[in-house]
Amino acid sequence: MSEENKILTVSASPHRRTEDTTGGIMIDVIIALMPALVLSVVLFGFRSLLVVATSVIACVVLEYICRKVMKRNNTLGDFSAVVTGILLAFNLPSTMPLWMVVIGDAVAIVVVKQFFGGIGQNFVNPALVGRIVLMTSFPTYTNSFVQPFAWRMPNVDAVTSATPLAQFAGSYTPDGVVSAMNSSEMPTLAQMFFGICGGCLGETCAAALILGGIYLCIRKVISPRIPLYYIGTVALIMLIAGKGNLQFVAYQLLSGGLMLGAVFMATDYTTSPIKTKGKIVFAIGCGILTSLIRIFGSLPEGVSFSIILMNILVPHIETLTTPKPFGTVKEKKQKEEAAK
Amino acid sequence: MAKQKTLREEFTKGIIKENPVLRLVLGTCPTLATTTSMESAIGMGISAAIVLVCSNIVISALRKVIPQKVRIPCYIVVIAAFVTIVQMLVKAFVPSLDEQLGVYLPLIVVNCIILGRAEAFAGKNSVVASAVDGLGMGIGFTVALIVISAVRELFGAGSLLGHALLPFPAMTIFVLAPGGFFVFGLVMACANKLAEMGGGKKAELGGCKACPMADTCQKLAKGDACEKEGKETVES
Repeated sequence: MSEENKILTVSASPHRRTEDTTGGIMIDVIIALMPALVLSVVLFGFRSLLVVATSVIACVVLEYICRKVMKRNNTLGDFSAVVTGILLAFNLPSTMPLWMVVIGDAVAIVVVKQFFGGIGQNFVNPALVGRIVLMTSFPTYTNSFVQPFAWRMPNVDAVTSATPLAQFAGSYTPDGVVSAMNSSEMPTLAQMFFGICGGCLGETCAAALILGGIYLCIRKVISPRIPLYYIGTVALIMLIAGKGNLQFVAYQLLSGGLMLGAVFMATDYTTSPIKTKGKIVFAIGCGILTSLIRIFGSLPEGVSFSIILMNILVPHIETLTTPKPFGTVKEKKQKEEAAK
Repeated sequence: MAKQKTLREEFTKGIIKENPVLRLVLGTCPTLATTTSMESAIGMGISAAIVLVCSNIVISALRKVIPQKVRIPCYIVVIAAFVTIVQMLVKAFVPSLDEQLGVYLPLIVVNCIILGRAEAFAGKNSVVASAVDGLGMGIGFTVALIVISAVRELFGAGSLLGHALLPFPAMTIFVLAPGGFFVFGLVMACANKLAEMGGGKKAELGGCKACPMADTCQKLAKGDACEKEGKETVES
């Protein structure tokens, strides 16, 4: 086509296309997850790398088989299965039996993702459902956490340790949280920031996760709104629950899967609202549910359940927060005027 | 009925092609609630089948006596009578089953399958055809319950009929409600595939024709309200 023709040709919109591809975005997410992966190997040994590798391979193989059996085009190139695999493994303790990891992958990829039509069609976050299925099925395995650096000690198989949240559980009164924080088993805030505490293999190190989150924000893969509003809501509620005890708030923000969930899970494109207002409503809802489950629930941690519950509400959030197109009159007003 | 079916067809349709649980999606509540173990599923299936056959026979015999306007209360009275009989028999001879099924045994009274067959079939057809239809539907219900409960008990508790089988830890989620929904959906998908292979109607996705009662729906046959609604939703 000559230059003249290009100018004279009239085509239908869209006229400008972005260079972004799903594969590129997913590779950015994988890069952002790398610091946490490296730290998990440092903290929990090569066993955690084995869990992550098993999960990724299982996800990719299952996705390939699913697409083949369902006679759909191959979507391995978008790397979304790899991200799901890493995220699911990050939500499991490093001692998890590998066949159970594969079952979690099967639930995530086959049931949640491919049964509903593949990438972009899943109504909840696949990795979180995989984790919840494993949690309800094998509670003894998903809730036994080894102490960091236990792999370096010779002659010790595994030293289990209670997570900070498990130590807070059931004592969410102003006095109870102080005594829980002063107990000898509770790690210091600095230790928690660098992940030296019991927990799932990818969730303990807040520093690495925040680093990944900043990278994603700079690359414009995610907007910082969901993580900030999510974490902010939890901070606010915990400030009230702890009667203004800032140390307690810091403990709550650094413990459990909050950082991992807020940065990498709640910001999933498919299962979070598109518009800014909706994103804020979604994130605040996640924060409220997480805090309520932690304070009043029978489980010590509620990040996965709260994100899943808000995922299900996303279509309603979208309809309720649809922006009014410029120059139009609100429906209610229209009706009122029609009545006149 | 548009075309006369043979008794054999009336009997076999309930097992796969028009399976009450898996194809007509009736009686979902007892299906999910009683399939946590195979024992209770078999008990539930047989009790419901007995009530279904008996109520179909009586309702069919009375179909010319029952006034059209009050037919539903009349059907319920007949069904409730048989449920009471079955409940008393179960309480007397298999009290353990009665304990397992709990409230779901008396709830057979409001089981959609039984009322659905009374309304859609027994109220319009002869006694013999109704009896055969009830028997086929009852067997279809029992088979569906047994298949779902076998999967749930095997993977959720690691056993079948109480005999431990699995050498590795079982997945508790299968005996919980979410696992019930998962298995129910998967078995339903298999039944749809089987029915299609057997020459049944392909399962529709969306629209008025996707309704499990589309075949017996009088409104749809007339192209009435239902159809209009369907068009409206497509346009909007």
